[in-house]
Amino acid sequence: MPETLVFYLLSAIAIGASALVIGQRNPMYSVLLLIASFGALAGLYIQLDAPFVAVAQIIIYAGAIMVLFLFVVMLLNAPQEDAAEWDRTHPLRRPAIARFGSLLALLLVVELAWALLSASGIDRPVGEQAGAAAVGSVRALGRVLFTDYVFAFEATSVLILVAMVGAVVLARREGEAP
Amino acid sequence: MDLRLLVQLGIIGFTFFMLINASALLVYAERKVMGFMQQRYGPYRVGPHGLLQPLADILKLLMKEELTPKGADRWLFTLAPILAVTAAFAAFATVPWGAETTLFSLLDEPVKLGAADVNVGVLVVFAITSMGVYGIVLAGWSSNSKYSLLGGLRSSAQMISYELSYATALSAVILLAGSLSLRETVDAQAGYWLGVIPRWYVFVQPVGFLIYMIAAIAETNRAPFDFPEAEQELVAGYNTEYSSVRFALFPQAEYINMTTAAAVATDLYLGGWHGPFLPPAYGWVWFLLKVGAILFAYIWVRWTVPRYRYDQLMQFGWKWLFPASVINLIVTAALVLYFNA
Repeated sequence: MPETLVFYLLSAIAIGASALVIGQRNPMYSVLLLIASFGALAGLYIQLDAPFVAVAQIIIYAGAIMVLFLFVVMLLNAPQEDAAEWDRTHPLRRPAIARFGSLLALLLVVELAWALLSASGIDRPVGEQAGAAAVGSVRALGRVLFTDYVFAFEATSVLILVAMVGAVVLARREGEAP
Repeated sequence: MDLRLLVQLGIIGFTFFMLINASALLVYAERKVMGFMQQRYGPYRVGPHGLLQPLADILKLLMKEELTPKGADRWLFTLAPILAVTAAFAAFATVPWGAETTLFSLLDEPVKLGAADVNVGVLVVFAITSMGVYGIVLAGWSSNSKYSLLGGLRSSAQMISYELSYATALSAVILLAGSLSLRETVDAQAGYWLGVIPRWYVFVQPVGFLIYMIAAIAETNRAPFDFPEAEQELVAGYNTEYSSVRFALFPQAEYINMTTAAAVATDLYLGGWHGPFLPPAYGWVWFLLKVGAILFAYIWVRWTVPRYRYDQLMQFGWKWLFPASVINLIVTAALVLYFNA
């Protein structure tokens, strides 16, 4: 019973914080709320018997990526986000690009609902499902990552490398020595 | 409530209490050691040999007026020191500090000395330590002061840079021990080579230990890497606008982070509570001695080496320390593979 209670508490924090991330005018608060949401997600992973995934979530998302976000927000020094002109007009009179965005959002909601409805085993506790124990073990995770999913793994690392090189190229000013 | 739970709660409370004491003792030790290195006495008027000086300092800080700058972000200004000190305490949660014991045959089953025993302990310590940067960054930003902001910015850049070397140095030890649990890593270091040399990983990983210590000094913002609070340039850095208890929490977080870094170094490289002469039940004495020695080295370095320049710090971190730690990791991995196959 306490586990169910903790699950609902963590879920509420995760969903509530995520909703507030979008609602904030101050980007600094958005970043912090996103960190809180990641923390709640890590708690949910622990409940799923996957401590390694939980810790990786904290290290990579809350510890590394969000620090970079914070860094950028501080450097840009944008204390308040002003609402765009079209934000105050009637939804139907907004420019095409804004309407396209809401279309995409609607599509995402439909997709999520479809995924949730068609997923199997969602009504059973995770412990009963096959393979749940394997996710928790670092050894099993590492083996699977470097054998079955090695192509996806290497492709991802190449993608990140490309993004990194691209950032360096873009950040270098014209005519400056490399 | 059964006895086992009570004992575990007692151990957690004791760990917490000792961490608070550690920060107070370190304030005293720092001033005393600095005094001796500069050929003077350091504090000696309050209590015998100035031993009550930390108490007087704490009392003074509690009595001071608490100020908040007018342009500060009130919420984050209050949240920042709380975050810093919470992360510092929480990081110690999975650090074991003694062998399994029955508390002098008081209990039927042995208990593990340490607040919590997690099978991914090393990673938990690393994860929570990396959260500590938020306290400093937020303090710098929410103060709405140039000096504080620059201090906070420098700190986040520095911590991101040195976290990499720190984690890579840790990975080499994880490879050797074949486990992410700190307790198992310590127990893998029991015994002796050739009957005399303790099986501590520091003898297998001398480069890794050096990298770990340098990165740990940078992670805890200590001299010679104390850029977030370089007083000649930034007044006091990220904590310039703080006063009273809210100010006191930052040095406390720093000292507790130092203690955690020293305790993790002891567990990973110096064999934890394993040592000659003492029976296993008194292993925690060895643990305390080793942690104390590392902390003394910390203070020793601070009052010996002058501060780096900021660009030198970044150069050193990215161009020397990180490549060295990667090479160390690759060589270790190759050797582990060779000897295990």
